[in-house]
Amino acid sequence: MSQVPLTHILFVSTALFFIGMYGLFTRRNMITMLMSVELILNSVNINFVAFNRYLYPGKLDGVFFSLFIVAIAAAEAAVAIAIIINLYRNFHSIDVEAADEMKF
Amino acid sequence: MPNSACIILIPLLPLAGFVVLGLFGRRYFSRFAGVLGTGVVLVSAVLAIWVAWQYFGTCLADGYCRQTVPVRFTWLRVSPGLSIDMSIIFDPISVMMIFVVTFISLMVHIYSLGYMKGEERYATYYAFLNLFTFSMLGLVLAGNIFETYIFWELVGCSSFLLIGYYYDRPTAVAAAKKAFIVTRFADLGFLIGILILSFYAGSLDIRTLIQRLVQPGSQLGSITTASFLGISMLSWGLGLVFVGGAGKSALFPLHIWLPDAMEGPTPVSALIHAATMVVAGVYLVARLYLVYVGFDHFEVLHVVLWVGAISALLAAVIACTQTDIKRVLAYSTMSQIGYMMFALGTFHPVGEATTLGYTAAMFHLFTHAFFKALLFLCAGVIIHRVHSNEMQDMGGLRKALPLTHGCFLIACLAIAGIPPFAGFFSKEDILLAAWDSNKPVYYIGLFTSGLTAFYMFRLYFSVFWGRPARAGGAQFGAGGGHHSEGSGGRHSEGSGGHHGEGFVGRHEEAPFTMKLPLVILALGAVFAGWVPFSRLVTYDGMPQEGHGIGVFAIPPVMVALIGIGIASYLYRVASDRPERAAAAFRGMYQFVYHKFYIDEVYLFITKRVIFNLIGRPAAWIDRNIVDGMMNGLAAVTAWTSTAIKRLQSGKVQDYALYFFMGIAGLAVLFIYIYS
Amino acid sequence: MSASAVVFYILAAGILVSAVLAVTSRKIFRSAIWLLFSLTGIAGLYFWLQMEFVAAVQIVVYVGGIVVLIIFSIFLTQQSGKDLPVPVRGRAVLSALVVGAGFVLTYLMMMRYSFRPAGSRVAVASVGNIGAQLLSTSEHGYVLPFEVISILLLAAMIGCIVIAMKTKPENK
Repeated sequence: MSQVPLTHILFVSTALFFIGMYGLFTRRNMITMLMSVELILNSVNINFVAFNRYLYPGKLDGVFFSLFIVAIAAAEAAVAIAIIINLYRNFHSIDVEAADEMKF
Repeated sequence: MPNSACIILIPLLPLAGFVVLGLFGRRYFSRFAGVLGTGVVLVSAVLAIWVAWQYFGTCLADGYCRQTVPVRFTWLRVSPGLSIDMSIIFDPISVMMIFVVTFISLMVHIYSLGYMKGEERYATYYAFLNLFTFSMLGLVLAGNIFETYIFWELVGCSSFLLIGYYYDRPTAVAAAKKAFIVTRFADLGFLIGILILSFYAGSLDIRTLIQRLVQPGSQLGSITTASFLGISMLSWGLGLVFVGGAGKSALFPLHIWLPDAMEGPTPVSALIHAATMVVAGVYLVARLYLVYVGFDHFEVLHVVLWVGAISALLAAVIACTQTDIKRVLAYSTMSQIGYMMFALGTFHPVGEATTLGYTAAMFHLFTHAFFKALLFLCAGVIIHRVHSNEMQDMGGLRKALPLTHGCFLIACLAIAGIPPFAGFFSKEDILLAAWDSNKPVYYIGLFTSGLTAFYMFRLYFSVFWGRPARAGGAQFGAGGGHHSEGSGGRHSEGSGGHHGEGFVGRHEEAPFTMKLPLVILALGAVFAGWVPFSRLVTYDGMPQEGHGIGVFAIPPVMVALIGIGIASYLYRVASDRPERAAAAFRGMYQFVYHKFYIDEVYLFITKRVIFNLIGRPAAWIDRNIVDGMMNGLAAVTAWTSTAIKRLQSGKVQDYALYFFMGIAGLAVLFIYIYS
Repeated sequence: MSASAVVFYILAAGILVSAVLAVTSRKIFRSAIWLLFSLTGIAGLYFWLQMEFVAAVQIVVYVGGIVVLIIFSIFLTQQSGKDLPVPVRGRAVLSALVVGAGFVLTYLMMMRYSFRPAGSRVAVASVGNIGAQLLSTSEHGYVLPFEVISILLLAAMIGCIVIAMKTKPENK
């Protein structure tokens, strides 16, 4: 573990974060957007755990943060699915471009 | 001195009448409106008479008439020294004028009770009459020159409303517009004149203005030295003010609106276009008279003199050929106003008859009001009887309308200047003033008085003598009931919107309310000449000794008698002598009959020159450049908004993208640039 | 180059490649599976960091719960065999650029920072320790967030039901 510097792990998490963001901007399907959001949350999780292990080895706070993040992500995914289902009933499509009633 | 409350009430009562009748007249007062309107003016008239009695009483007692300002109320302070006040000036001519205005207005109000009975917009008519009375009273009492201007415009507005009273007739509407536009154009000159005079005098208050402008060599002497195009600014100011007065008083060449203004109801013509409004110009010049004569240049006064003289002569000549009774009277009014104006224009620094012109003009204004109003009101009775304005439809009416006949005859004698009627005294004063200052003008005046006698008696004989036209001459409201009171053609003038019950019956001459004013005015026309004007109304308040009626009076009377004689010869017995006389001067007769084609000249100038050279380019600029700029601005805004609104695509991901871009930009800003 | 470093690099590659494929795949089901692989790789990373409990939670909740949920919703809302629509070319390019710029920015910031460990005592992240600290009321205890999260989960459950409920037609 000590052979891999912290910045390499942070590289992974940052890359994951921006990949998730790219997916968020680009994917037209609401469910794939949700998947991208999960990627973003996971990247944050990696950050917490890595910092805990490398910078504060005597404490466990990073673990707790990541546990809570997982719990929240789960709740959020559930609510998001519920919303997607509702939107699907109204627009009969889960193409996010279909919900553009706020257009000029 | 009568207290200021009384004086203020005199104009304010008709104003109250106007407001009440204007707002509530149609609904609540429809038949009571006339009595209300008349009552208000009656109270005003009584107050005016009382005030005048007191004022002139103190005048005679003190030996001279003083000028006071009993009321002043600062309305709009433009700068510390300059403010537009509502003030009342009290001096011989204003007191005389309030008497004249309220008295004639009262007569017209009473007359209209009978004349306009049954009219649909009865209450509106009385409201307008009250408005006019208020405006005219305000004008003559105004002590601040801007206040005069305000009331000047108000009077013009009331005149417009009343000329166009029968608004469903296009001729009436056109006449109202013409009157308003011509006088408005003249008022531009008036306004510029006011601005010039008040700029140099530093005040808008009339007394201060006159005081400062008359002192030579004061610190405001620059008004005589400053000049524009070689004429001193003072002359410009006075000249432009005179232009305003000339427009309102229908002097040549701004007289074109007055004959057309006869489209209004006859009592209106009597009040506005004979006795009161048209003399506003004369009054204005009289009000500023001390400035007109206070300097050594008399250029403006010469202009006043000649414009008056030309108007008098021109109008008299045209009146000899007109066939519409109201037109004849309109031109006669213009002629008499010309007399008043050239009387004001006579001024000679040497000799005792120096200020006679002022007194003479005011005296003639006074007497003229009586007999001219009387003439118009009689004309109203005649027109009503005959249902036409044309002289050829009238004739032999002296048996049918005895009272009218008598009054009309008195008025004609008065206007012709036959003693002992009123017009003789005033006209003689005018001619005396002219003789003492400018002989050519005297001869013009003399000739014109002959013409006056001629055409007035031409009218008289055609209407009351000769053969009755068409079996009785009266065509009573044969159905339909137009109330067109126009010139030319077989228009019949009814008294109501749909021929009303103006008269009781075929055989009665006129209702009492119409006869009463005739009688009162006739008395005035007889006795008004005996008022000792030269002791009461003079330009500096000091009485002048009157002069006896001497040899000087003979030429005018002779000339008048000659005029009467010719008229009698031609018109008394129906014959073809008039036609033969007209045929003898064929070309000139046509020229005069068409009023010297002045109207056509104006029309040409307006249509060809003004519309094409000024109107069209101005419209083009307005449409394309001014509107174009605004449209361009709007188009640019629309284009920008179209470009920007694409950002509002409604798509969540686009918003997320913009959001992130913003954050990244801010991050760069804060981290790299501000750290 | 020790073995653990090699393991790390393999895991990292797996995670990133799966993530990229998850985000760009044309078929939705495959996208979900790539997500699953990516999350499993992350769990492996946790194992490599010797945080076994977090890894276990990751697998149980994320892989076993959320991905399954996603797959169910895919079945509920569309034919999973259909191809996904292609993203708008302009937006794809623009977002790739922006994202790349963001990544460069963040990484540059990270490079400039020197990460110093605080203290050398190593805590054992055993289940007992985690549990004890999670429920302790002392200064470093997390009992309050624990309770709050349970309320949050309850709220989320109720919210889901309400949102996704089919409203009965009025005229019955």
